[in-house]
Amino acid sequence: MYAFEFERPRTLDEAVAALADDDAQALAGGQTLIPTLRQRLAMPGKLVSLTAIDALRGLSASGGVLTIGAATTHAEVAQQTDYPALAKLAGGIGDPHVRNRGTIGGSIANNDPSACYPAGVLGSGATVVTNRREIAADDYFTGLFETALDEGEIITAVNFPIPDKAAYAKFDQPASRFALVGVFVSKGKDGVRVAVTGASEGGVFRWAEAEAALASDFSAGALEGLSVDPEGMIGDIHGGPDYRAHLIGVMTRRAVAAAG
Amino acid sequence: MPADGSIGAPDKRREDVRFLTGKGRYTDDINVNGQLYVHFLRSPVAHGRLNGVDTEAARAMPGVVRVFTGDDFADVGGLPCGWQVTDRHGDPMQEPAHPVLARGKVRHVGDPIAAVVAETLNQARDAAETIEVDIEELPAVIDMKAALADDAPKVHDDLKNNLCFDWGFVEENKAAVEEAFQKAAHVTTLELVNQRLVANPMEPRVAIGDYAAHSDESTLYTTSQNPHVIRLLMGAFVLGIPEHKLRVISPDVGGGFGSKIFHYAEEAFCTFAAKQLRRPVKWTSSRSEAFITDCHGRDHVTTIQLALDAENNFTALRTDTHANMGAYLSTFAPSVPTWLHGVLMAGNYKTPLIYVNVKAVFTNTVPVDAYRGAGRPEATYQLERVIDKAARELGVDPIALRRQNFITQFPYATPVAVEYDTGDYVATMDKLEEIADLSGFEKRLAESKARGKLRGLGVNCYIEACGIAPSNLVGQLGARAGLYESATVRVNATGGLVVMTGSHSHGQGHETAFPQVVAGMIGIDPSMVEIVHGDTANTPMGMGTYGSRSLAVGGSAMVRATEKIIAKAKKIAAHLLEASDGDIELKDGQFTVAGTDKSVAWGDVTLAAYVPHNYPLEDLEPGLEETAFYDPANFTYPAGAYACEVEVDPETGKVTIERFSAADDFGNIINPMIVDGQVHGGIGQGIGQALLEGAVYDENGQLLNGSYMDYTMPRADDVPFYAVDHSCQTPCTHNPLGVKGCGEAGAIGSPPSVVNAVVDALVRAGHDITHIDMPLTPSRVWSAMQG
Repeated sequence: MYAFEFERPRTLDEAVAALADDDAQALAGGQTLIPTLRQRLAMPGKLVSLTAIDALRGLSASGGVLTIGAATTHAEVAQQTDYPALAKLAGGIGDPHVRNRGTIGGSIANNDPSACYPAGVLGSGATVVTNRREIAADDYFTGLFETALDEGEIITAVNFPIPDKAAYAKFDQPASRFALVGVFVSKGKDGVRVAVTGASEGGVFRWAEAEAALASDFSAGALEGLSVDPEGMIGDIHGGPDYRAHLIGVMTRRAVAAAG
Repeated sequence: MPADGSIGAPDKRREDVRFLTGKGRYTDDINVNGQLYVHFLRSPVAHGRLNGVDTEAARAMPGVVRVFTGDDFADVGGLPCGWQVTDRHGDPMQEPAHPVLARGKVRHVGDPIAAVVAETLNQARDAAETIEVDIEELPAVIDMKAALADDAPKVHDDLKNNLCFDWGFVEENKAAVEEAFQKAAHVTTLELVNQRLVANPMEPRVAIGDYAAHSDESTLYTTSQNPHVIRLLMGAFVLGIPEHKLRVISPDVGGGFGSKIFHYAEEAFCTFAAKQLRRPVKWTSSRSEAFITDCHGRDHVTTIQLALDAENNFTALRTDTHANMGAYLSTFAPSVPTWLHGVLMAGNYKTPLIYVNVKAVFTNTVPVDAYRGAGRPEATYQLERVIDKAARELGVDPIALRRQNFITQFPYATPVAVEYDTGDYVATMDKLEEIADLSGFEKRLAESKARGKLRGLGVNCYIEACGIAPSNLVGQLGARAGLYESATVRVNATGGLVVMTGSHSHGQGHETAFPQVVAGMIGIDPSMVEIVHGDTANTPMGMGTYGSRSLAVGGSAMVRATEKIIAKAKKIAAHLLEASDGDIELKDGQFTVAGTDKSVAWGDVTLAAYVPHNYPLEDLEPGLEETAFYDPANFTYPAGAYACEVEVDPETGKVTIERFSAADDFGNIINPMIVDGQVHGGIGQGIGQALLEGAVYDENGQLLNGSYMDYTMPRADDVPFYAVDHSCQTPCTHNPLGVKGCGEAGAIGSPPSVVNAVVDALVRAGHDITHIDMPLTPSRVWSAMQG
């Protein structure tokens, strides 16, 4: 780790000001950033912690929408009961240590292609709220570790429309226990969504064929015969593109079955 | 059950109180006044010519005290290899130089190029980033068979090629083995990989060098399984420091699994630099560094063939193995694929003819040396897999095929140069069938099927050679060391004992089990016995802990020393009781004149030894302290039978272990709870190898899984509750405790049964599969199912 300045602002405005420095870096739960710093793979001059800003914390549900503050930990999301499928997703991230430090805002700002939350956000048709605007999930995730966030833009909350049915099925990468393939399915007033994480070289994506099949018949059986093209899927020591493409089918069927 | 504290009692481990409450004192907990920190700049490439190392900028960085490169070690010896193997043509192995810091070439990712010593670790790291290294990258050799091609790049330019040795065992049997194969009714052939593993002890390595100018004495604090071995190797062969001017201290050590046996460059560096700089120098490995500097284990590629006659008797066995040495020869590397592997190839079976060929190969990878089991897991895996395959080809029950070929008469001289003293393989297999409830398998199979899962059953046997080892024998086999063990028993005036042992505990529970032995012999409470280990200044020369040797060899030395103590104490008691020492009996800490009620307590005798007012001074020295060195007459041969039941998810290929049962024969048992723990841990590591672990290099020699993000260690939810039994006991005939050792059994015995079980599950489901290489990850199993 290199030496750095550290600030822990109390308000969003103070955070925006602190992040105005060119070499400033926002720090949420630090579950990706701190290991990166420890390996000296990044050298920010200043870390700005977002965890002391009250406006970024907490959960509330009203009008069929669950709003989760960006600095809310995975453990807190795992305990809420308004959106059980999302609670289950959050409760399966990492280990207790990670879940008590890591935050939803930090996870989706990083947009790791194997993280669970991007599937939950995209698969729910959620809206990412920042200090400047609201971004629909479909527009938010733009590629591997890439998002629609602009420089200095801070996520403040994520709004999840609570669907009628939803579930997340994750197949663990054996070592890291990130998703080798994770599939989040939901059926709500705006239709069926199937979001896949862990599998694609382009990061989280929606599986359109599965959504179409499930729109008319929300059952695992409706997915029979559907398959994903291995082209563009990740291949590494834990599994090749063929395997990941295959697992998308398996995990989607399991998620639909679990959603009931 | 035996009384608390005596031999055979499941006493709780006394050392666990400090380990579990954070009070252990590990090497990294030691800080010496005025210490500096070293950071090693390591090679980022697997193979390259080192044209220049420019340290000028680094030397000017804040806090930097000195920057060392290979040139600073020009007059210092290289790291020695402790075992010389003679190849099948009678030539000694090719033995390359192993410099402390690289000179001329770098040979694996992680090879140390320069060492920056600074006031703080961060200053050392900052300065290391300014070092300009001119490396001309060379093609790397990673694959062993490619490394033996005529035009392969050479890891060591001054050697003939990358072949360390070509070993044949027993060479005289080769023709007879070939003839037996020609006459065989059936031959089963299996090619397999025993993959490279990273030991991953919980505590990374640490070294602190210190030098006392007033006495010209060097001290090395290090995470070692054998401080005396480090003192001898480093003092005599690397730095030229006589042993009386060199002290090596290994305090609490957080696991080793073999990887902390060896003498490493960082130990020599810190000792050397501390003397040069007249200040202590400390190095603490990071986990990332451990992946590319701790010696790896296994890494064999094998073809094994088993010949059977028309009645399914094993008639001959031959194996052809390539064993990876990595870039340099680590301390005991040559012994692992040879004398710890070839001599075990008979297993539990009376195969009359065996020939083992091992080609040891240099590659541009981290050196490979002993890892829990060391050669014996490799032997067991290939033998127990080929027997399973043979049973399947012949359509016979794999347990019945094993039973038919068991050795049943002991002692038994194998065709691979060792003599098993005792064993009862039928009894352990009977016990296994009972504890594993094999008769209930069909019912469990149906239950799994109803849940859409594929169930399989795998069984294997194992034999190991432990209690390492008879010095005269290993000397003939190329060891450059003896393998005795030592103990000094010091009785204090008030009756308490301190036992100073040359063996070393890094998780084995010595501080609990050893007092049970000594206290049990005297009949006193084990809390009166303290075990001292890990410091060459206050323990007799010993060879350390590995190869399941500490109780069988170190414990035997304690028995011998305690026998001397008791013999002398009886003479003192006889004097006090005015009797003949031949009439004195010792029981429950009380010396009694046989047949009388005249007695004197242990504490009265020990006090008399040190306050010799009423004492036979003309016949007996005062004091009560004895030392014994014990050199075993033979290896010990623990053996057993293991069973594993798995479920395979047919959609994902994920394997879960549903049941695991182990029936072991360890001879006599001192503390059954510690034995259970050793077996549990060993099986955990074996399951890790079978399903999860494996170091993966790309073709350029970069380690692709050098962190826990990608290297899969077994976790609690990867392993089941185990059924462990060690009630089958055929005591060792040649050591005074009748013990055989239990530390490695689980790691040796478990991988074949896991793989046998997965293959069984897939075959039962109709897949035409004979083998899958470890680790049996979900993607590998799924791929195998796709055909």
